[in-house]
Amino acid sequence: MTKFFKTLAISTALLAASGAVFAESHAAMSPEDAVAARQTHMKLLGQNMGVLGGMAQGKMDYDAAAAQAAADALVENAMIADMAKFPEGSDSDSIATSRALPAIWTNFDDFTAKAEAFAVAATGMQSAAGQGLEAVQGAMGALGGSCGSCHETYRKPK
Amino acid sequence: MGKLLTSLGALALVGLGTAWVLTEPDPLPASSLDGLIGDPERGALVFAAGGCASCHAAPEADDQTASHLGGGRRFETQFGTFIAPNISSDPVHGIGNWSDLEIVNAVMRGVSPEGAHYYPAFPYSSYIRADVADIVDLAAYLRTLPAVATPSLDHEVGFPFNIRRSLGGWKLLFLNEDWIVETELDAQEIRGRELVEGLAHCGECHTPRNILGGSKTSAWLGGAANPSGDGTIPNITSGKLDWSAEDIAIYLESGFTPSFDTAGGEMVHVVRNMAKLPQSDRDAIAAYLKAVPPVTQ
Repeated sequence: MTKFFKTLAISTALLAASGAVFAESHAAMSPEDAVAARQTHMKLLGQNMGVLGGMAQGKMDYDAAAAQAAADALVENAMIADMAKFPEGSDSDSIATSRALPAIWTNFDDFTAKAEAFAVAATGMQSAAGQGLEAVQGAMGALGGSCGSCHETYRKPK
Repeated sequence: MGKLLTSLGALALVGLGTAWVLTEPDPLPASSLDGLIGDPERGALVFAAGGCASCHAAPEADDQTASHLGGGRRFETQFGTFIAPNISSDPVHGIGNWSDLEIVNAVMRGVSPEGAHYYPAFPYSSYIRADVADIVDLAAYLRTLPAVATPSLDHEVGFPFNIRRSLGGWKLLFLNEDWIVETELDAQEIRGRELVEGLAHCGECHTPRNILGGSKTSAWLGGAANPSGDGTIPNITSGKLDWSAEDIAIYLESGFTPSFDTAGGEMVHVVRNMAKLPQSDRDAIAAYLKAVPPVTQ
Protein backbone atom coordinates (compact mmCIF):
# COMPACT_ATOMS: atom_id res chain seq x y z
CA MET A 1 0.00 0.00 0.00
CA THR A 2 2.76 2.41 1.00
CA LYS A 3 4.26 2.21 -2.47
CA PHE A 4 0.94 3.17 -3.95
CA PHE A 5 0.70 6.25 -1.75
CA LYS A 6 4.26 7.25 -2.57
CA THR A 7 3.55 6.95 -6.27
CA LEU A 8 0.37 8.94 -5.80
CA ALA A 9 2.15 11.62 -3.85
CA ILE A 10 5.01 11.84 -6.35
CA SER A 11 2.69 12.05 -9.32
CA THR A 12 0.66 14.65 -7.48
CA ALA A 13 3.76 16.71 -6.73
CA LEU A 14 4.87 16.44 -10.36
CA LEU A 15 1.48 17.53 -11.59
CA ALA A 16 1.56 20.34 -9.11
CA ALA A 17 4.95 21.45 -10.32
CA SER A 18 3.88 21.29 -13.97
CA GLY A 19 0.77 23.20 -13.02
CA ALA A 20 2.88 25.94 -11.49
CA VAL A 21 5.05 26.18 -14.61
CA PHE A 22 1.96 26.18 -16.78
CA ALA A 23 0.41 28.92 -14.68
CA GLU A 24 3.49 31.08 -15.04
CA SER A 25 3.86 30.63 -18.77
CA HIS A 26 0.17 31.00 -19.47
CA ALA A 27 -0.82 33.86 -17.25
CA ALA A 28 -4.00 34.40 -19.23
CA MET A 29 -5.59 30.95 -19.28
CA SER A 30 -8.76 30.55 -21.31
CA PRO A 31 -11.84 30.23 -19.10
CA GLU A 32 -12.46 26.67 -20.37
CA ASP A 33 -8.90 25.60 -19.59
CA ALA A 34 -9.12 27.28 -16.20
CA VAL A 35 -12.24 25.33 -15.26
CA ALA A 36 -10.61 22.06 -16.34
CA ALA A 37 -7.43 22.87 -14.44
CA ARG A 38 -9.35 23.76 -11.27
CA GLN A 39 -11.36 20.57 -11.42
CA THR A 40 -8.21 18.45 -11.84
CA HIS A 41 -6.70 20.32 -8.94
CA MET A 42 -9.72 19.59 -6.75
CA LYS A 43 -9.60 15.89 -7.64
CA LEU A 44 -5.97 15.73 -6.57
CA LEU A 45 -6.81 17.42 -3.30
CA GLY A 46 -9.65 14.95 -2.81
CA GLN A 47 -7.36 11.95 -3.37
CA ASN A 48 -4.89 13.13 -0.79
CA MET A 49 -7.63 14.14 1.63
CA GLY A 50 -8.95 10.61 1.15
CA VAL A 51 -5.69 9.10 2.43
CA LEU A 52 -5.63 11.31 5.52
CA GLY A 53 -9.38 11.15 6.13
CA GLY A 54 -9.50 7.38 5.60
CA MET A 55 -6.89 6.98 8.33
CA ALA A 56 -8.55 9.54 10.61
CA GLN A 57 -11.89 7.73 10.28
CA GLY A 58 -10.31 4.32 10.87
CA LYS A 59 -11.16 3.06 7.40
CA MET A 60 -7.51 2.32 6.75
CA ASP A 61 -4.54 1.73 9.02
CA TYR A 62 -2.41 4.69 9.99
CA ASP A 63 0.87 4.74 8.06
CA ALA A 64 3.17 7.62 8.95
CA ALA A 65 4.97 7.70 5.60
CA ALA A 66 1.77 7.59 3.56
CA ALA A 67 0.18 10.27 5.74
CA GLN A 68 3.22 12.49 5.37
CA ALA A 69 3.29 12.03 1.59
CA ALA A 70 -0.39 12.94 1.32
CA ALA A 71 0.00 16.00 3.54
CA ASP A 72 3.08 17.15 1.60
CA ALA A 73 1.09 16.83 -1.60
CA LEU A 74 -1.73 18.92 -0.11
CA VAL A 75 0.73 21.68 0.71
CA GLU A 76 2.16 21.52 -2.80
CA ASN A 77 -1.33 21.78 -4.23
CA ALA A 78 -2.30 24.57 -1.90
CA MET A 79 0.67 26.54 -3.21
CA ILE A 80 -0.64 26.34 -6.74
CA ALA A 81 -4.10 27.52 -5.76
CA ASP A 82 -2.99 30.52 -7.73
CA MET A 83 -5.33 33.08 -9.10
CA ALA A 84 -4.29 32.61 -12.73
CA LYS A 85 -6.75 29.72 -12.64
CA PHE A 86 -9.58 32.14 -11.87
CA PRO A 87 -9.80 34.39 -14.92
CA GLU A 88 -12.90 36.52 -15.49
CA GLY A 89 -15.55 34.62 -17.41
CA SER A 90 -14.87 31.23 -15.80
CA ASP A 91 -17.82 31.42 -13.39
CA SER A 92 -20.87 29.16 -13.24
CA ASP A 93 -23.03 31.66 -15.14
CA SER A 94 -20.55 31.74 -18.05
CA ILE A 95 -19.52 28.08 -18.29
CA ALA A 96 -21.98 25.24 -17.80
CA THR A 97 -19.52 22.83 -16.17
CA SER A 98 -18.21 25.43 -13.74
CA ARG A 99 -19.47 25.47 -10.16
CA ALA A 100 -17.45 28.57 -9.27
CA LEU A 101 -20.06 31.15 -8.27
CA PRO A 102 -19.81 34.71 -9.65
CA ALA A 103 -19.48 35.85 -6.01
CA ILE A 104 -15.79 34.84 -6.23
CA TRP A 105 -15.10 37.75 -8.54
CA THR A 106 -17.07 40.28 -6.51
CA ASN A 107 -15.30 39.24 -3.27
CA PHE A 108 -11.90 38.34 -4.64
CA ASP A 109 -9.99 39.43 -1.53
CA ASP A 110 -12.12 37.26 0.72
CA PHE A 111 -11.82 34.39 -1.74
CA THR A 112 -8.02 34.73 -1.75
CA ALA A 113 -7.99 34.87 2.04
CA LYS A 114 -9.94 31.61 2.18
CA ALA A 115 -7.51 29.97 -0.27
CA GLU A 116 -4.69 31.08 2.02
CA ALA A 117 -6.51 29.69 5.05
CA PHE A 118 -6.51 26.33 3.29
CA ALA A 119 -2.75 26.57 2.77
CA VAL A 120 -2.31 27.29 6.49
CA ALA A 121 -4.47 24.31 7.45
CA ALA A 122 -2.57 22.08 4.99
CA THR A 123 0.71 23.17 6.56
CA GLY A 124 -0.75 22.27 9.96
CA MET A 125 -1.53 18.81 8.63
CA GLN A 126 1.99 18.57 7.20
CA SER A 127 3.43 19.06 10.69
CA ALA A 128 0.95 16.61 12.22
CA ALA A 129 0.93 13.84 9.63
CA GLY A 130 3.99 11.94 10.85
CA GLN A 131 3.16 12.37 14.54
CA GLY A 132 0.64 9.58 14.91
CA LEU A 133 -3.03 8.91 14.29
CA GLU A 134 -4.30 11.26 16.96
CA ALA A 135 -2.33 14.15 15.52
CA VAL A 136 -3.82 13.48 12.09
CA GLN A 137 -7.31 13.31 13.56
CA GLY A 138 -6.66 16.56 15.38
CA ALA A 139 -5.55 18.40 12.24
CA MET A 140 -8.40 17.03 10.16
CA GLY A 141 -11.08 19.35 11.58
CA ALA A 142 -9.28 22.56 10.64
CA LEU A 143 -8.44 21.19 7.23
CA GLY A 144 -12.01 20.16 6.48
CA GLY A 145 -13.25 23.45 7.90
CA SER A 146 -11.08 25.41 5.51
CA CYS A 147 -12.50 23.46 2.54
CA GLY A 148 -16.04 23.98 3.79
CA SER A 149 -15.74 27.71 4.44
CA CYS A 150 -14.95 28.30 0.78
CA HIS A 151 -17.49 25.79 -0.55
CA GLU A 152 -20.14 27.44 1.64
CA THR A 153 -19.98 30.76 -0.14
CA TYR A 154 -18.34 30.22 -3.48
CA ARG A 155 -19.42 26.85 -4.86
CA LYS A 156 -22.70 26.37 -6.64
CA PRO A 157 -24.80 23.42 -5.43
CA LYS A 158 -24.85 20.71 -8.10
CA MET B 1 -82.84 40.67 -11.61
CA GLY B 2 -82.67 42.53 -8.33
CA LYS B 3 -83.48 39.32 -6.55
CA LEU B 4 -80.76 37.43 -8.39
CA LEU B 5 -78.20 40.07 -7.50
CA THR B 6 -79.26 39.95 -3.88
CA SER B 7 -78.92 36.17 -3.84
CA LEU B 8 -75.53 36.36 -5.53
CA GLY B 9 -74.47 39.03 -3.08
CA ALA B 10 -75.61 36.90 -0.17
CA LEU B 11 -73.76 33.90 -1.57
CA ALA B 12 -70.60 35.93 -2.00
CA LEU B 13 -70.87 37.12 1.58
CA VAL B 14 -71.29 33.56 2.83
CA GLY B 15 -68.28 32.58 0.69
CA LEU B 16 -66.17 35.41 2.03
CA GLY B 17 -67.29 34.64 5.56
CA THR B 18 -66.37 30.99 5.15
CA ALA B 19 -63.01 31.94 3.70
CA TRP B 20 -62.47 34.33 6.59
CA VAL B 21 -63.17 31.62 9.13
CA LEU B 22 -61.11 29.01 7.29
CA THR B 23 -58.09 31.28 7.00
CA GLU B 24 -58.20 32.18 10.68
CA PRO B 25 -55.01 31.40 12.62
CA ASP B 26 -55.26 28.14 14.53
CA PRO B 27 -52.99 28.38 17.58
CA LEU B 28 -52.44 25.65 20.13
CA PRO B 29 -54.41 26.09 23.37
CA ALA B 30 -52.59 27.04 26.57
CA SER B 31 -53.41 23.60 27.99
CA SER B 32 -51.00 21.95 25.54
CA LEU B 33 -48.18 23.29 27.73
CA ASP B 34 -49.58 21.90 30.98
CA GLY B 35 -46.86 20.58 33.26
CA LEU B 36 -44.01 21.57 30.92
CA ILE B 37 -41.06 23.49 32.31
CA GLY B 38 -38.31 24.51 29.90
CA ASP B 39 -34.82 23.06 30.33
CA PRO B 40 -32.32 25.41 28.66
CA GLU B 41 -29.64 22.71 28.42
CA ARG B 42 -31.90 20.41 26.44
CA GLY B 43 -33.09 23.48 24.56
CA ALA B 44 -29.56 24.04 23.25
CA LEU B 45 -29.80 20.71 21.41
CA VAL B 46 -33.24 21.61 20.06
CA PHE B 47 -31.74 24.90 18.86
CA ALA B 48 -29.00 23.00 17.00
CA ALA B 49 -31.39 20.41 15.56
CA GLY B 50 -33.75 23.15 14.38
CA GLY B 51 -30.96 25.14 12.77
CA CYS B 52 -32.33 28.41 14.21
CA ALA B 53 -29.02 30.27 14.02
CA SER B 54 -28.53 29.37 10.35
CA CYS B 55 -31.23 31.88 9.42
CA HIS B 56 -31.55 34.20 12.41
CA ALA B 57 -27.88 35.02 13.09
CA ALA B 58 -26.57 38.13 11.36
CA PRO B 59 -25.46 37.55 7.75
CA GLU B 60 -21.80 38.11 8.66
CA ALA B 61 -21.93 35.96 11.83
CA ASP B 62 -19.02 33.65 12.63
CA ASP B 63 -18.85 30.79 15.14
CA GLN B 64 -18.56 33.23 18.04
CA THR B 65 -21.54 35.37 17.09
CA ALA B 66 -23.80 32.62 15.76
CA SER B 67 -25.90 32.86 18.93
CA HIS B 68 -26.58 36.58 18.41
CA LEU B 69 -29.97 36.26 16.79
CA GLY B 70 -30.53 39.78 15.51
CA GLY B 71 -31.65 38.55 12.08
CA GLY B 72 -31.17 40.38 8.80
CA ARG B 73 -30.30 37.51 6.45
CA ARG B 74 -32.10 37.96 3.14
CA PHE B 75 -33.75 35.05 1.33
CA GLU B 76 -34.61 35.75 -2.26
CA THR B 77 -37.40 33.52 -3.55
CA GLN B 78 -39.90 33.50 -6.41
CA PHE B 79 -42.46 35.02 -4.03
CA GLY B 80 -40.29 37.92 -2.91
CA THR B 81 -37.44 38.55 -0.49
CA PHE B 82 -37.86 37.40 3.09
CA ILE B 83 -35.68 38.93 5.77
CA ALA B 84 -35.03 36.89 8.90
CA PRO B 85 -36.36 38.77 11.94
CA ASN B 86 -34.66 39.40 15.27
CA ILE B 87 -35.42 36.50 17.64
CA SER B 88 -32.87 37.49 20.28
CA SER B 89 -33.86 38.04 23.91
CA ASP B 90 -34.16 41.80 23.36
CA PRO B 91 -37.59 42.77 24.79
CA VAL B 92 -38.20 45.48 22.18
CA HIS B 93 -36.69 44.22 18.93
CA GLY B 94 -36.53 40.52 19.75
CA ILE B 95 -38.78 38.05 21.52
CA GLY B 96 -37.53 38.65 25.06
CA ASN B 97 -40.99 39.20 26.51
CA TRP B 98 -42.81 36.41 24.69
CA SER B 99 -44.41 33.65 26.75
CA ASP B 100 -43.71 29.95 26.18
CA LEU B 101 -47.10 29.63 24.53
CA GLU B 102 -46.38 32.50 22.15
CA ILE B 103 -43.07 30.93 21.14
CA VAL B 104 -44.63 27.49 20.70
CA ASN B 105 -47.37 28.92 18.48
CA ALA B 106 -44.88 30.87 16.40
CA VAL B 107 -42.67 27.82 15.85
CA MET B 108 -45.27 25.07 15.51
CA ARG B 109 -48.25 26.92 14.01
CA GLY B 110 -46.70 29.89 12.24
CA VAL B 111 -48.85 32.32 14.25
CA SER B 112 -47.51 35.55 15.79
CA PRO B 113 -48.47 36.73 19.29
CA GLU B 114 -50.77 39.27 17.58
CA GLY B 115 -52.49 36.41 15.76
CA ALA B 116 -51.06 37.02 12.27
CA HIS B 117 -49.79 34.28 9.95
CA TYR B 118 -46.07 33.99 9.32
CA TYR B 119 -44.73 33.23 5.85
CA PRO B 120 -43.71 29.61 5.40
CA ALA B 121 -40.11 30.68 4.69
CA PHE B 122 -40.14 30.07 8.45
CA PRO B 123 -40.31 26.26 8.33
CA TYR B 124 -43.24 25.77 10.70
CA SER B 125 -44.71 23.28 8.25
CA SER B 126 -41.88 20.99 9.45
CA TYR B 127 -41.73 22.25 13.04
CA ILE B 128 -45.42 21.39 13.45
CA ARG B 129 -44.19 17.78 13.86
CA ALA B 130 -41.93 18.72 16.77
CA ASP B 131 -42.64 17.73 20.35
CA VAL B 132 -44.20 20.65 22.31
CA ALA B 133 -41.87 19.86 25.25
CA ASP B 134 -38.85 20.33 22.96
CA ILE B 135 -40.06 23.78 21.93
CA VAL B 136 -40.63 24.79 25.55
CA ASP B 137 -37.00 23.75 26.19
CA LEU B 138 -35.97 25.79 23.15
CA ALA B 139 -37.80 28.83 24.54
CA ALA B 140 -35.86 28.47 27.81
CA TYR B 141 -32.57 28.30 25.88
CA LEU B 142 -33.41 31.31 23.69
CA ARG B 143 -33.86 33.39 26.84
CA THR B 144 -30.24 32.65 27.81
CA LEU B 145 -28.86 34.12 24.57
CA PRO B 146 -27.73 37.75 24.25
CA ALA B 147 -30.13 40.58 23.48
CA VAL B 148 -29.48 42.27 20.14
CA ALA B 149 -31.05 45.69 19.56
CA THR B 150 -31.38 45.43 15.78
CA PRO B 151 -34.89 46.18 14.49
CA SER B 152 -36.47 43.50 12.31
CA LEU B 153 -37.02 44.55 8.71
CA ASP B 154 -40.22 44.10 6.71
CA HIS B 155 -40.25 41.38 4.08
CA GLU B 156 -40.15 42.62 0.50
CA VAL B 157 -43.11 40.74 -0.87
CA GLY B 158 -45.48 41.99 -3.58
CA PHE B 159 -49.20 41.47 -4.22
CA PRO B 160 -50.90 39.02 -3.70
CA PHE B 161 -48.39 37.39 -1.37
CA ASN B 162 -48.37 40.46 0.87
CA ILE B 163 -51.90 39.63 2.07
CA ARG B 164 -51.03 37.61 5.14
CA ARG B 165 -54.59 36.37 5.59
CA SER B 166 -54.16 34.40 2.34
CA LEU B 167 -51.51 32.35 4.14
CA GLY B 168 -54.41 30.80 6.04
CA GLY B 169 -55.38 29.22 2.72
CA TRP B 170 -51.82 28.03 2.20
CA LYS B 171 -51.89 26.45 5.64
CA LEU B 172 -55.19 24.70 4.89
CA LEU B 173 -53.56 23.13 1.87
CA PHE B 174 -50.07 22.35 3.13
CA LEU B 175 -49.86 22.49 6.91
CA ASN B 176 -50.49 19.26 8.75
CA GLU B 177 -48.79 17.27 11.44
CA ASP B 178 -49.02 13.83 9.83
CA TRP B 179 -45.79 11.94 9.30
CA ILE B 180 -44.73 11.72 5.70
CA VAL B 181 -43.12 8.29 5.80
CA GLU B 182 -45.76 6.02 7.30
CA THR B 183 -44.26 2.62 6.63
CA GLU B 184 -43.32 0.48 9.60
CA LEU B 185 -40.16 1.84 11.22
CA ASP B 186 -38.02 0.65 14.10
CA ALA B 187 -37.22 2.84 17.12
CA GLN B 188 -34.04 4.29 15.58
CA GLU B 189 -35.77 5.11 12.29
CA ILE B 190 -38.63 6.73 14.21
CA ARG B 191 -36.15 9.01 16.02
CA GLY B 192 -34.65 9.82 12.62
CA ARG B 193 -38.10 10.65 11.28
CA GLU B 194 -38.77 13.01 14.19
CA LEU B 195 -35.63 14.90 13.30
CA VAL B 196 -35.74 14.83 9.49
CA GLU B 197 -39.48 15.52 9.08
CA GLY B 198 -39.64 17.82 12.10
CA LEU B 199 -36.96 19.95 13.75
CA ALA B 200 -34.17 19.46 11.21
CA HIS B 201 -36.64 20.40 8.42
CA CYS B 202 -34.57 18.61 5.73
CA GLY B 203 -37.52 18.43 3.35
CA GLU B 204 -37.72 22.23 3.09
CA CYS B 205 -34.78 22.18 0.67
CA HIS B 206 -34.45 18.55 -0.40
CA THR B 207 -38.10 18.09 -1.48
CA PRO B 208 -39.48 19.80 -4.60
CA ARG B 209 -42.30 22.32 -4.27
CA ASN B 210 -45.44 22.85 -6.33
CA ILE B 211 -46.41 26.14 -7.92
CA LEU B 212 -47.88 27.41 -4.63
CA GLY B 213 -44.75 26.56 -2.68
CA GLY B 214 -46.16 23.45 -0.99
CA SER B 215 -44.03 20.34 -0.55
CA LYS B 216 -44.49 17.63 -3.21
CA THR B 217 -44.45 14.84 -0.68
CA SER B 218 -44.76 12.22 -3.45
CA ALA B 219 -41.11 13.03 -4.21
CA TRP B 220 -40.11 13.35 -0.55
CA LEU B 221 -36.40 14.21 -0.24
CA GLY B 222 -36.00 13.53 -3.95
CA GLY B 223 -34.03 16.71 -4.64
CA ALA B 224 -35.20 20.15 -5.73
CA ALA B 225 -34.25 23.47 -7.21
CA ASN B 226 -32.13 25.51 -4.81
CA PRO B 227 -34.67 27.78 -3.05
CA SER B 228 -32.08 30.51 -2.50
CA GLY B 229 -30.14 30.70 -5.73
CA ASP B 230 -28.43 28.70 -8.44
CA GLY B 231 -28.23 24.97 -8.87
CA THR B 232 -30.10 22.10 -7.30
CA ILE B 233 -30.29 20.50 -3.88
CA PRO B 234 -29.58 16.77 -4.16
CA ASN B 235 -31.85 13.77 -3.93
CA ILE B 236 -30.97 12.13 -0.60
CA THR B 237 -33.17 9.05 -0.93
CA SER B 238 -31.58 5.69 -1.71
CA GLY B 239 -32.88 6.16 -5.26
CA LYS B 240 -29.86 8.38 -5.81
CA LEU B 241 -27.65 8.56 -2.72
CA ASP B 242 -25.64 5.33 -2.55
CA TRP B 243 -23.80 6.12 0.69
CA SER B 244 -23.94 3.67 3.59
CA ALA B 245 -25.70 4.71 6.79
CA GLU B 246 -22.24 5.11 8.34
CA ASP B 247 -21.17 7.40 5.48
CA ILE B 248 -24.22 9.61 6.08
CA ALA B 249 -23.57 9.84 9.82
CA ILE B 250 -19.90 10.72 9.22
CA TYR B 251 -20.89 13.39 6.70
CA LEU B 252 -23.35 14.97 9.14
CA GLU B 253 -20.60 15.20 11.76
CA SER B 254 -17.51 16.08 9.69
CA GLY B 255 -18.86 17.50 6.43
CA PHE B 256 -16.78 15.00 4.47
CA THR B 257 -18.40 12.94 1.72
CA PRO B 258 -17.12 9.39 1.21
CA SER B 259 -14.84 10.71 -1.55
CA PHE B 260 -13.59 13.51 0.74
CA ASP B 261 -15.28 16.33 -0.97
CA THR B 262 -16.90 18.61 1.63
CA ALA B 263 -20.35 20.04 2.23
CA GLY B 264 -21.00 23.40 0.60
CA GLY B 265 -23.63 26.14 0.64
CA GLU B 266 -26.34 26.01 3.31
CA MET B 267 -25.28 22.47 4.15
CA VAL B 268 -22.18 23.85 5.87
CA HIS B 269 -24.49 25.38 8.51
CA VAL B 270 -26.48 22.18 8.72
CA VAL B 271 -23.36 20.07 9.37
CA ARG B 272 -22.17 22.54 12.00
CA ASN B 273 -25.52 22.05 13.76
CA MET B 274 -25.77 18.29 13.30
CA ALA B 275 -22.26 17.89 14.74
CA LYS B 276 -23.61 19.24 18.05
CA LEU B 277 -26.19 16.45 18.38
CA PRO B 278 -25.43 13.10 20.00
CA GLN B 279 -23.99 10.43 17.72
CA SER B 280 -27.19 8.43 18.21
CA ASP B 281 -29.18 11.21 16.50
CA ARG B 282 -26.91 11.29 13.44
CA ASP B 283 -27.14 7.51 13.25
CA ALA B 284 -30.93 7.79 13.52
CA ILE B 285 -31.11 10.28 10.66
CA ALA B 286 -28.98 7.96 8.54
CA ALA B 287 -31.17 4.97 9.37
CA TYR B 288 -34.33 6.93 8.51
CA LEU B 289 -32.91 8.13 5.18
CA LYS B 290 -32.25 4.50 4.28
CA ALA B 291 -35.91 3.74 5.01
CA VAL B 292 -37.38 6.61 2.93
CA PRO B 293 -39.06 5.40 -0.28
CA PRO B 294 -36.44 5.82 -3.03
CA VAL B 295 -37.07 8.58 -5.56
CA THR B 296 -35.53 7.74 -8.91
CA GLN B 297 -35.14 10.69 -11.21
